[in-house]
Amino acid sequence: MAEWIISILLLIGGSFVLVGSIGLVKMPDFFMRLHGPTKATTLGMASLLTAAMIFFSTTHTGFSVKEILISLFLLLTAPISAYMMIKAAIHHKLESIERTKGIDNIEDDV
Amino acid sequence: MRLETRFKWLPAPLMSLVLFIVWLVLNNSLSSGHIFLATILAIVIPLVTSPFRTKQPIIIKPGLALRHLALVLYDIITANVQVAILILGPTKKLTPGFVKVPLDLTHSLPITILASTVSLTPGTVSAEVYPWRESLSEGEKLEQQFLLIHVLDLKDEQALIKMIKQRYEAPLKEMFQC
Repeated sequence: MAEWIISILLLIGGSFVLVGSIGLVKMPDFFMRLHGPTKATTLGMASLLTAAMIFFSTTHTGFSVKEILISLFLLLTAPISAYMMIKAAIHHKLESIERTKGIDNIEDDV
Repeated sequence: MRLETRFKWLPAPLMSLVLFIVWLVLNNSLSSGHIFLATILAIVIPLVTSPFRTKQPIIIKPGLALRHLALVLYDIITANVQVAILILGPTKKLTPGFVKVPLDLTHSLPITILASTVSLTPGTVSAEVYPWRESLSEGEKLEQQFLLIHVLDLKDEQALIKMIKQRYEAPLKEMFQC
């Protein structure tokens, strides 16, 4: 039974991480590329870590909860790294594709 | 907005709680020795570090904070699925855009939390907070602040702004009472 749950979680996690990477390759400009890795991977990593948690809790003695900590730290750091990257991109005035709306909302750097 | 805690010897109760739990989880045990060590660390570290930490507002309504956390976690899961669909669908149909969201929050901690939730939820990444505090001259008052966000697929700008303000900003405003 546990094996089934672990395999399903691994598959879900793997496909979300894969989708995130596909987004990284497929999107036309930097700002759109950022969306894949910041979001599609959080759930992917969470399912992979849950699978690891169930695996170590059922095969080894004792209950393993370290993985929850890893997921929490990932949730905390993913938006901050995305923020730093997009800030750097705006500072360097990276070009976004033409159909981007509201470009004038970006204010000039000091 | 309240900055000070009630007890002098516990300057940051939430940080103490987090330290206590993280120590126990990292060691993966509930033995009395580790509980003792965790208690000591949870009391000593906030006391020692409090002089060089800036005072942060305290969550006044913890119940609301927990409910908001559950809502955000649920939104993260739906956001993942939505973004996955957007990525796998045709790229040419996507209309990206930058949107400025006017903020009612004033303190930097609630704004940081709001920016992070926006980054983790459907199709949006927060990019910048305007105007920069650094660009203001001495004594000049900060007027309306804006959060600049990048949207992967912008359909209705006003609806998006309204959604962010109601769903994520209003609870934050209420739980910090600012």
